Amino acid sequence: MAGNKGRGRAAYTFNIEAVGFGRGEKLPDVVLKPPPLFPDTDYKPVPLKAGEGEDYMLALKQELRETMKRMPYYIETPEEKQDIERYSKRYMKVYKEEWIPDWRRLPREMMPRKKCKKGPKSEKAKDTGKGTSLTNTADVLKKIEELEKRGDGEKSDEENEEKEGSKEKSKEGDEEEDDDAAEQEEYDEEEQEEENDYINSYFEDGDDFGADSDDNMDEATY
Amino acid sequence: MTQAEIKLCSLLLQEHFGEIVEKIGVHLIRTGSQPLRVIAHDTGTSLDQVKKALCVLIQHNLVIYQVHKRGVVEYEAQCSRVLRMLRYPRYIYTAKTLYSDTGELIVEELLLNGKMTMSAVVKKVADRLTETMEDGKTMDYAEVSNTFVRLADTHFVQRCPWVPATENSDPGPLPPAPILVISEKDMYLVPKLSLIGKGKRRRSSDEDAAGEPKAKRPKHNTDNKEPIPDDGIYWQANLDRFHQHFRDQAIVSAVANRMDQTSSEIVRTMLRMSEITTPSTAPFTQPLSSNEIFRSLPVGYNISKQVLDQYLTLLADDPLEFVGKSGDSGGGMYVINLHKALGSLATATLESVVQERFGSRCARIFRLVLQKKHLEQKQVEDFAMIPAKEAKDMLYKMLSGNFISLQVGCQ
Repeated sequence: MAGNKGRGRAAYTFNIEAVGFGRGEKLPDVVLKPPPLFPDTDYKPVPLKAGEGEDYMLALKQELRETMKRMPYYIETPEEKQDIERYSKRYMKVYKEEWIPDWRRLPREMMPRKKCKKGPKSEKAKDTGKGTSLTNTADVLKKIEELEKRGDGEKSDEENEEKEGSKEKSKEGDEEEDDDAAEQEEYDEEEQEEENDYINSYFEDGDDFGADSDDNMDEATY
Repeated sequence: MTQAEIKLCSLLLQEHFGEIVEKIGVHLIRTGSQPLRVIAHDTGTSLDQVKKALCVLIQHNLVIYQVHKRGVVEYEAQCSRVLRMLRYPRYIYTAKTLYSDTGELIVEELLLNGKMTMSAVVKKVADRLTETMEDGKTMDYAEVSNTFVRLADTHFVQRCPWVPATENSDPGPLPPAPILVISEKDMYLVPKLSLIGKGKRRRSSDEDAAGEPKAKRPKHNTDNKEPIPDDGIYWQANLDRFHQHFRDQAIVSAVANRMDQTSSEIVRTMLRMSEITTPSTAPFTQPLSSNEIFRSLPVGYNISKQVLDQYLTLLADDPLEFVGKSGDSGGGMYVINLHKALGSLATATLESVVQERFGSRCARIFRLVLQKKHLEQKQVEDFAMIPAKEAKDMLYKMLSGNFISLQVGCQ
C-alpha cells in the first residue's frame, strides 16, 4: 500500500506539526472514558449583584407573581369534571373581580355571541348529532331515551347540552357562527356559565339529576 | 426568535396569565400573524377561550391586530414585548427612585393592567396609599394626579393609540375592527380632569384575603354608575423611556468609574437636558453650549465656569470619546456620543466576561482579536506574547465557547 512507508513502523497519514505536536514528542494519554459531567473550573463565577435596590426588586418580583395570579387577566384552566362533585368544592371557589374589555377598541369578532338559550356550543351538539341541520322534536325525544339508557349520572350534564343543542338547532336551523355582529352580551355571563341553566344556589348536582331531566327540559326552554 | 426565547416567553405567559393564554400566545409567536379561526383550529382550543385569551393579550400590549383585505382580522404577537415582562420590577423600582411611592404605584398599576384611564389609576393608587397610611389619614386624589402629570410630562407614561372620533351619522357597515390612531403631539397630553376625592380605606369586613372562601358572589362593583370623565383615553407605561433612562444611568456610572464624581454629574446634567429633545435612537445628543450646561447644573453644585470648562475639555479629550466637541460658540458646544458610549460599554462587558470565564491571558487574546478583527494563529502568538502551545489551547477554549469563530481565508 502506498501509505505504508516503513514496514510495520508507525507513521501518521497527516502532518502532525499542523496540530501542534512536534515530531517525536510525547502524545497525550489516550482517553478511555467521557469527560466528567461537572469538571472543576479554574475560575469561579463572580458573585451576584446584591444591594438594597436588588433586594427591593426581588421582593417586587415575588409580589408581582402573586398579584398577577389574582387578577382577572389570569385565566384558570377549567378542571376536568370529577366523578362525584364534592359539596365543599362550591364553597372553596375564590371569586375574582370580573374584567370587561373596552369593546370599542377591539375587533368586532372578539365579542362573545349572545345565544338565545344559555347552552352548549353548537359544535358539541353537532358532534353527537347526525350532522343534519334540522331535527324535529320526535327524533329528539327518541334520542333522549336512547342516551338516557346509555349515560349515567356523570354524563347528565352533557346529555342536557346535547338535548338543548339539538332543540336549539331545530329552532334556528343551521347555526353557524357568522360574522355579523350579534347583540352585545355581558361578558361575565359567558364566564360564569356552568353548562346548565340553573342558578347555582338553586340546584345541587345530585344523582337524580339525570333521571328527571326529561321533565326539567320543558321548564328550561325559553 | 430563538427556541430559548420562545421557551422563556412561554414560561412568562404561563406564570402571569395561565395556561390558556400561554398556549395561544406561544402559538402566535411561533407562527406569526393569523386570523381567529385558524388559531382556534390549530391549537385545538374552543373559539370562546381563544377570544378571551386574545382579549387579555391585546389588553397587555402583547398582541396587536391588523385588518387585511376582505375584512379578515389577523393577530400578531410581539415576542420582544413579552420578554420585557422580566423587567417589570426594574421599571417599578426606577419610578420609585424618581417619583417616590406615588410614582411607583402608578407605574405598577399600569404594568399590571396593561392600559388604564387616568381616573381609574388615580383612584386605585389613592386607595392603595391610604391603606398604608396611619389611621385617619387619607391620600388626596390631587396629589396622585400631580404625580401622574409629572410622569406624563417626562414621558414615562404615554397615551395608547385611540379610536378616532367619527362624526358620520350614517351607520353604514361597521368595519371589522377599529383603526387606532396616534399622534405625536397628543401622546403625552393629560386630559383636564378635576378629580376630587380621597382614597378609601377598605373596611375590614369587606376584606377577602386570597383563598378565603365566599359563599356568594360579591356584588358587581359597577353599582356606582358615575360617568367616567376621561372615558376612552387610556394610558400605558412608556417602556422606551425607561430604557433610555437605564442607558443614561449606565453612561453616568461609567464616567464616574473612569473619572470622578464631578464629571459624572456634568454628564448627567447634559443627558437630562437632552432627555426630551433627542430621540432615543440618535447617535449623539443635540449640541449643548457650555453656558447652558453651567446654568443647568444642579443647585448646590458650585463649581466655577472655568472649572466646568476644564472638565468639559478633559471629557472631550478622553480616548473613550463619550463626550465630543462640536463647535466653539457659546463657550464651546458639546455633545454626548451615545452610540460610541454604548459601544464602549458593550465591549467592556464582553471583555470582562471573557476574563472571568477564562482568565486574563485569554482576555488579552480576546482584546487583540477584537481590535484587529482578523488574526492568524501565528499573529496571535506574536502579538499576545504567549507561547504557541498555550495560545492554541486558549484559542480552542474560546472557540468551543463560541466567543471566537474561525474564518477560512483564501490563500
